[in-house]
Amino acid sequence: MKLAVLGAGAVGASVAELASQYGHTVTALADSQSAVVDPDGIDVSTALERKQTEGTVGDAEPDEALSGTYDVLVEATPTTLGEAEPGFSHVTEALSQDKHVVLANKGPVAERYSEVRKAEEASDGTVLFEATVGGAMPVLSTIADFDADKITAVRGVLNGTANFILSRMAAEGLGYEHVLAEAQDLGVAETDPSFDVDGTDAALKCVILANVLSEGTEFTLEDAVVEGIRDLPSSALDLATEDGKTIRLIGEVSDDGVRVGPRLIEENTALTVTGTRNIVQIETTHAGVLNISGRGAGGPETASAVFADIGRLPHEE
Amino acid sequence: MCRGDGLMSESEDVHAYTVRLELTDRPGELLRALEPIAETGGNLLSIFHERGNLTPRGDIPVEVDLEATPERFEAIVDALKAADITVIEAGSDRYSEEIVVVLVGHLVETDLSHTLSRIQEASGASIKDFALSAPEGEDAASSARLRMATEAGKGEEILGAIREIAAEKELSVIEPLGEVGR
Repeated sequence: MKLAVLGAGAVGASVAELASQYGHTVTALADSQSAVVDPDGIDVSTALERKQTEGTVGDAEPDEALSGTYDVLVEATPTTLGEAEPGFSHVTEALSQDKHVVLANKGPVAERYSEVRKAEEASDGTVLFEATVGGAMPVLSTIADFDADKITAVRGVLNGTANFILSRMAAEGLGYEHVLAEAQDLGVAETDPSFDVDGTDAALKCVILANVLSEGTEFTLEDAVVEGIRDLPSSALDLATEDGKTIRLIGEVSDDGVRVGPRLIEENTALTVTGTRNIVQIETTHAGVLNISGRGAGGPETASAVFADIGRLPHEE
Repeated sequence: MCRGDGLMSESEDVHAYTVRLELTDRPGELLRALEPIAETGGNLLSIFHERGNLTPRGDIPVEVDLEATPERFEAIVDALKAADITVIEAGSDRYSEEIVVVLVGHLVETDLSHTLSRIQEASGASIKDFALSAPEGEDAASSARLRMATEAGKGEEILGAIREIAAEKELSVIEPLGEVGR
């Protein structure tokens, strides 16, 4: 397939870099300032090198990536809230040209799900977004395979940064600020960690899950009850540990809606993953609980989910 | 929790019981009430002594959780009555579900014992144990772990009551995650 990749951050760059290994050709790559476009395939390594040295990927305007030759738009620009722009417009523009869309950007499917679905209905293109929930983990495809109707609830650890911080605080008895600084040094937390530690990122993933599970009722971030881990003292973790428990940032999607917050859980259960690892538990009607665990973030990891989606797209033989 | 399920016919079977007493506000009364329990072979699990919360008659309500065989439990209640201790309620297996929460915030400044008795009153749960950790002194947020015993199926109701009281006092509640596939 021919791919137009929007976004040249960790995920976009990995998709472009690895595309040939999956038998695809990148015909366009764009960041917010520039683009490189070639219907026969761009020179990915030159474009990414240029991104490193000059901050741009090529000489074309970003818009040219969307209007060029491609089968699949890979939307990997940064997640934005509210109007979810420019991601949302990228999605609708590609769909209006009957192209497929694979999202790594959570904004459009978390904040404007029904509009995305409507645009998809009017198009010959298909929208898939496995990469938006749990990085490399096959969460949405498992839900699709089981049928959303046969799933009663989903819960899990959906933010690696918050999980890293909490598991370090519990294991070392260190305070939040100390562990956060350590996580920033390691590159596990960003300079501005709000998105992760305030629970927003986990909540967006849960909202996307809720949208998929509840076909019909639309959820947005506003519908989620969200609490972060910023104000959690290490004494709370100590008390939990004393009792054979621990505290993790847990996202829940059930009939009661979407909820994200620090919760007390048993110290040694499937849910109690440590470090940046993620886990999702899917409660099914006929098959009990499924656990899917793995890397929930990272360039190549998230790109793997993008390629899995591309492989699922309908295509002519 | 759920002790003795399916073993009800065995007389050696130990059950959890809760006894509510009202004690005269006089030194030595609590000890006097506990003696019959220990002497009759009951195993004390917890004692909740609501000192700040007098009954209209000026008595102090006390709630005792204990384990004993049904025969011994009967003997305990008889012994308490014989010692002129007011037994308000004595029942078995009333509490079969346990809930643990951690409260975080300015617990001491917001009157911790008031918070605890409010939780106990509003939720009807019995606080089985309690631990406070305030390592950073009074200015910083402290944490408290509460273990409560409740009737089966009442968990959500109790969490609701705790949430409300915590919100009033600007405390946060770290709630337990319920079992999947309940």
